[in-house]
Amino acid sequence: MQAKPVTLKVLDIVSIVLLGVSAYLALVFAPTELVMGDVQRVFYFHIGTAWTALLGFILAAVFSIVYLIKKDLKWDRLQVAAIEVSLVFFFITIVLGSIWARPAWNTWWTWDPRLTTAAVTELIYIAYFMLRQGIDDPDRRARFGAVYALVGGISAPITFFAIRLFRTIHPVVIGGSNAEAEGSFAMTADMRVAFFFALFAFTVLFIDLFWNRIRLGDLQEKVEQLKLKVTM
Amino acid sequence: MANNVNQATEKPMTADRGLRSSAKSQPKGNFFKAVSAVVWKDLQAEFRSRELFSAMLVFSLLIILIFNFALELDIKTRQSVTAGVLWATFAFAGTLGLNRSMAIEKDRGCLDGLLLAPVDRSAIYFGKVISNLVFMLIVEIIVLPIYSVLYNINLFQPGLLLVILLGSIGYVAVGTLLAAMSVQTRTRDILLPILLFPVVIPVLLAAVKASEGFLTGADFPEILLPINLLIAYDIIFTAVAFMVFDNVVEE
Amino acid sequence: MITVKKLVKRFGLKTVLRGVDFEVQPGEFVALLGPNGAGKTTFLRILASLSRPSLGEVSVAGYRLPHQAAAVRARLGVVSHLPLLYGDLNAEENLRFYARMYNISNMEARITEVLEMVGLESRRRDLVRTFSRGMQQRLAIGRAVLHDPDVMLFDEPYTGLDQDASSMLDEVLKTVAVQGRTVVMTSHDLARAEDLATRFDILSRGVIAASTNRKQLKKSNLLTFYKQALVG
Repeated sequence: MQAKPVTLKVLDIVSIVLLGVSAYLALVFAPTELVMGDVQRVFYFHIGTAWTALLGFILAAVFSIVYLIKKDLKWDRLQVAAIEVSLVFFFITIVLGSIWARPAWNTWWTWDPRLTTAAVTELIYIAYFMLRQGIDDPDRRARFGAVYALVGGISAPITFFAIRLFRTIHPVVIGGSNAEAEGSFAMTADMRVAFFFALFAFTVLFIDLFWNRIRLGDLQEKVEQLKLKVTM
Repeated sequence: MANNVNQATEKPMTADRGLRSSAKSQPKGNFFKAVSAVVWKDLQAEFRSRELFSAMLVFSLLIILIFNFALELDIKTRQSVTAGVLWATFAFAGTLGLNRSMAIEKDRGCLDGLLLAPVDRSAIYFGKVISNLVFMLIVEIIVLPIYSVLYNINLFQPGLLLVILLGSIGYVAVGTLLAAMSVQTRTRDILLPILLFPVVIPVLLAAVKASEGFLTGADFPEILLPINLLIAYDIIFTAVAFMVFDNVVEE
Repeated sequence: MITVKKLVKRFGLKTVLRGVDFEVQPGEFVALLGPNGAGKTTFLRILASLSRPSLGEVSVAGYRLPHQAAAVRARLGVVSHLPLLYGDLNAEENLRFYARMYNISNMEARITEVLEMVGLESRRRDLVRTFSRGMQQRLAIGRAVLHDPDVMLFDEPYTGLDQDASSMLDEVLKTVAVQGRTVVMTSHDLARAEDLATRFDILSRGVIAASTNRKQLKKSNLLTFYKQALVG
């Protein structure tokens, strides 16, 4: 049984530390926003998790293509890890978006293109796991998973643009510095520090969780192999 | 089985000597023939039993009925909601057709029969897409006048018909691929809508927007945008499905 | 006609075929016997190009699998325990469909010929749904020989048939299907296999455990041979 590599252990600790620093920057260091007040601080984490989720999403689509070409199950394990991590982070993004929306615009949900696309992508992920659940053969499971992840990977961005172009009743709300957005605000220098640090911290967190999840998948695979040896 | 024995004495078995040499399979130039064979086979079988078709039609009408009771529509609201109701109806009824079309192949092992043919797998895909599309279009063509009558709206505008065609193509292109997968899993029928709907949202969005545009007489440039999206979606996903279909049917 | 070298087939971590060596000369009729789960159907599916080998070399009718699969399929006829027929179409429509898929010239004449061969000419306009299982199997054989294949594969063709129907199938098999073609048949029915085949191979635990032929085998000793092969 392999022990956790030292690098990973270090990364675990580094991620937690970075997360802590980011929290400090977001909650204490950054100035309070003029219009929305303290609730705006959620924005830093919201962007962080959204970014990580997006990263996972893109990786998953890439792994799909690689698996379909190479047919090596290693890529399938990578894809599952990416989608799982992305699933969790999209969920957090949605919840944070909701928390932000309530005090700021007096509503629990906005049909903002980004938030809505996040929700749709979440549903695609859930469907992905349900699809895999119903298949016993590992090769078929991997193939079908890759096909669906690819289809979803192409469809979600199109959904985003479609909502943005067509649904004029619900403009881009979660703006950041987007001038069109209702909820936009200008970022001061201090805010920018918190903002970019959050992005950095969450990227490290993503790598850490992703690596851990891959390791978990590999170990699961080993267990299956050992099980087989014992029963023969 | 007495029936069987009678058949046995009726005609003597003759040895296979006759047209053997000329019966050899010629795989070259077979693609379009195979596609049309699959389409024709599906249409023929369906015209006989009309199971699929009547199920889709009745289901569509029931959905429209439910919408009528679920949404209290005065004349003004009806106008703005028609496009959405229509497309929701088509989206739900469509899954019936997709499921059934694939289930037929899976059940009697016919999928193997298709895979044994010396023809590219994509021929099976295109054949299925076309026959699924035909069924869906027929149902839609019947639903339109009924809806028109029930709600006193003229739905027979060429623009609307175009949108219905483009939207159905996109829906069926992705739906056929996903149905081919879902029919091979344990959860089968239930899984298809779960897989299909999140992925087909751009089609619904664009189709509803464009339909609305035609029904309310909006400016053409405004309608052009969603139509372009539909066309783009149709092309992209037909291409993607065509490329990955092998992975879905082969072992 | 058929050459298989060191064929390995894995489903995920489970290995079903562990290095099968198998060779069939043109005109031979090989009965492939073995207990349930030995891998007979898996093996036949690989020969039929419906499944890909994990490792090893397979060639049928002079073409390599899986690379030249289309060429193999053109020369292959398969009869399974499922009829592979469409219930809502009648007999001739079913054959016409397959004739088109195989791009056979002289289609109508060939269809009539095949229907006569399997004794179903009088039922050509009847829906396959109304056929008894025995009749469906006969039509299935008709479908399989439509394109005059060089190689025939039978996977448990007698499943679900009573005595009469089985005898009838025997007749059809001998006169229509075999006809100097190369045949591989899997079966549970040792008596039938002994009656039809010229060679008997036993597949056990993923390999060919034993092989014998008509000459070597004394009458009604197939059972003994079979049992011995499984033990050893």
